[in-house]
Amino acid sequence: MIERFEYDNRIVKNFLFVTILWGLVGMLVGLTAALQLVVPGMNWTEYFTFGRVRPLHTNAVIFAFVGNGIFAGAYYSLQRLLKTRMFSDALSNIHFWGWQLIIVAAAITLPLGMTSGKEYAELEWPIDIAITLVWVVFGINMFGTILKRRERHLYVAIWFYIATWVTVAMLHIVNSIELPISITKSYSWYAGVQDALVQWWYGHNAVAFFLTTPYLGLMYYFLPKAANRPVYSYKLSIIHFWALIFLYIWAGPHHLLYSALPDWAQSLGTVFSIMLIAPSWGGMLNGLLTLRGAWDRVREDAVLKFFVVAVTCYGMATLEGPLLSLKSINAIAHYTDWIVAHVHIGGIGWNGFMTFGMVYWLVPRLYGTELYSQKLANMHFWLGTLGIIFYAVPLYFAGFFQSLMWKQFTPDGFLVYPNFLDTLLQIKTAYWLRALGGTIYIVGVCIMIYNIWRTVKAGRLVANEAAEAPPLENVSVTSESGHWHRWIERRPIQMLVLSLVVVAIGGLLELVPTFLVKSNIPTISSVKPYTPLELHGRDIYVREGCYTCHSQMVRPFRSETERYGEYAKAGEFVYDHPFQWGSKRTGPDLLRVGGKYPNSWHYYHMWDPTSMSPGSLMPAYPHLFENALDTSVTSKKIDAMITMGVPYAKDFPAKANADLQAQSQAIVADLKKAGVEAMSDREIIAVIAYLQRVGTDIKAKAPAGVAAQP
Amino acid sequence: MSVIFLLIAASTLVAGIFLAAFVWAVRKGQYDDDRSPAVRMLHDPSVPQPLSKAEGTLPLNEIK
Repeated sequence: MIERFEYDNRIVKNFLFVTILWGLVGMLVGLTAALQLVVPGMNWTEYFTFGRVRPLHTNAVIFAFVGNGIFAGAYYSLQRLLKTRMFSDALSNIHFWGWQLIIVAAAITLPLGMTSGKEYAELEWPIDIAITLVWVVFGINMFGTILKRRERHLYVAIWFYIATWVTVAMLHIVNSIELPISITKSYSWYAGVQDALVQWWYGHNAVAFFLTTPYLGLMYYFLPKAANRPVYSYKLSIIHFWALIFLYIWAGPHHLLYSALPDWAQSLGTVFSIMLIAPSWGGMLNGLLTLRGAWDRVREDAVLKFFVVAVTCYGMATLEGPLLSLKSINAIAHYTDWIVAHVHIGGIGWNGFMTFGMVYWLVPRLYGTELYSQKLANMHFWLGTLGIIFYAVPLYFAGFFQSLMWKQFTPDGFLVYPNFLDTLLQIKTAYWLRALGGTIYIVGVCIMIYNIWRTVKAGRLVANEAAEAPPLENVSVTSESGHWHRWIERRPIQMLVLSLVVVAIGGLLELVPTFLVKSNIPTISSVKPYTPLELHGRDIYVREGCYTCHSQMVRPFRSETERYGEYAKAGEFVYDHPFQWGSKRTGPDLLRVGGKYPNSWHYYHMWDPTSMSPGSLMPAYPHLFENALDTSVTSKKIDAMITMGVPYAKDFPAKANADLQAQSQAIVADLKKAGVEAMSDREIIAVIAYLQRVGTDIKAKAPAGVAAQP
Repeated sequence: MSVIFLLIAASTLVAGIFLAAFVWAVRKGQYDDDRSPAVRMLHDPSVPQPLSKAEGTLPLNEIK
């Protein structure tokens, strides 16, 4: 008996269109950020300084562009591979609108400076909770669809979607454990080294399970479809999947090589990263070899062209990644634009081109028509490819050159470029070329939008596409474990509640160890908690996204200890909620900036960086001089710190503002001596207090046997 | 560094879930046939679309 049913194309169309919309927005924000690096005047107002624009860009392209791309591709392919409509139209729509609301919330809160200060996880706690809920909705909808399938075998693409769902859920929950002090502000529960480890375990796996595995699922569906030939080796695709997911999760520490993370953890990350080459390249070759005997069609077909370059970029990025996790290469590449180039090979090459190929393939099918212009699609392909090259190649050079300049010594043993700014200005041309590459890439996207618009106008949405398939045989008789499934699949509400319970139990189980082991945090006796004013200053440092350009992690190299001072120790960061090690040095490291310059230097520098560092590319921060410091939350902040184990005295929260006043008066008095009339209630005073404190606790009392740097 | 135990526990938990899924897949015979699924996914047999909904347009799935 054949059953008739209809595929839901409307939800696919919705997700596909917002993919394009947010993609364009995210890329334009990225271009803005790129230009801000060469034209500091483009840091419009406090809301659009680089430190806030950069998280906006990364969140937009990862979670809005790629995220919606995943959902569009998965909703289309799941239905066809499982021969059924999605489990619930209502859940599909809740998923769609929920995710768009999250994106809008992100687009509003990030420019306002509401950030948790952890890369790719900047969104504040209410949005984190919303993400969890929408993710659960997506999960119920996907697993519900799998349960009511008419095709016994789960095609490999579905396995990739399942792994994505499971792992992202866990990563997001573990990394987002934070203590709120208000609706817009929270502190990461973890501190210092621990926070860094959790963050990069998350960060790396966000790349793995948000940007890679779901798109591999899309590759295994759309590439064979577009080529109209089966994947080169289905067996290899199965091995690719299982090997990849078992290896990926352990590679996170390679983001923290030469940091204060213990060596054994660093080595673990490296070993697993190298092992990852095997499944990654297995997958790349499997994708490319699918086109064996069909390469003549690649010449004509823009969709296949996009897929070929995407898969090639996947292969390149997954070879480069493991190589970058070798310590000797990482020593050169880390903190430089090399890494930026590397992630964009993945981002605009792999994710971008996979998405474009998918869009060109899907839209004509959803609208029952032909693509408006193959020629324009091909033009988009060439512009996009050119854009990738212009983006990445200059940054590879820039990263390499700048790193060598950082490390260059004269024969007498002095740094050749003691002024960090000199090394930055040397690569300004590369920054311009990168912005050019980005522009070319975006022009290509605009051509695609025109092409798609014309295609849509020529066709008509097949909102519900009829299909037929026989039901799954014996489904009620054979599956011994099928009863509760079948019971629950008809009860979405109960399933929602159950899933939430399961997720909550998981979260609690993972939370408990941190409560228990808090006393084990290693401490250095001279390292003391921040004063209230410094804590405020630190929160402003986080709010402004200073970590997007400044690291706080001096690696144990002579070139770094000469330039910055004593290398970083794990025990220095025990009160840092969140850690602010950073991952990119567009400006110098700030770990040892405390006490390096007088207060007045910072005062002038934050007002106009070029006044202290001629040619500086740093944005000015005049709003810090206008905004009054919000001292009404001081006691709440100290309370939160006490809850997380920072050893303030019990009665300190009540006295905190008095302490704060005294310290800001002292700074104002010191500024006055330098001829600066400053107001003590402004944010800038707190920022100065924090900057003068950073990394000084250990500087004063370097342990014997460790040479203190001059 | 104690947080590493949390991460190892969480990672192992997920690895365990994946392992269970793998065992389930093998036991259920998901991988008994490693040839036809790759071919089968290419075929979305076309079905006449109800005119009211699709205005007579055919799904292009059959256009390979």
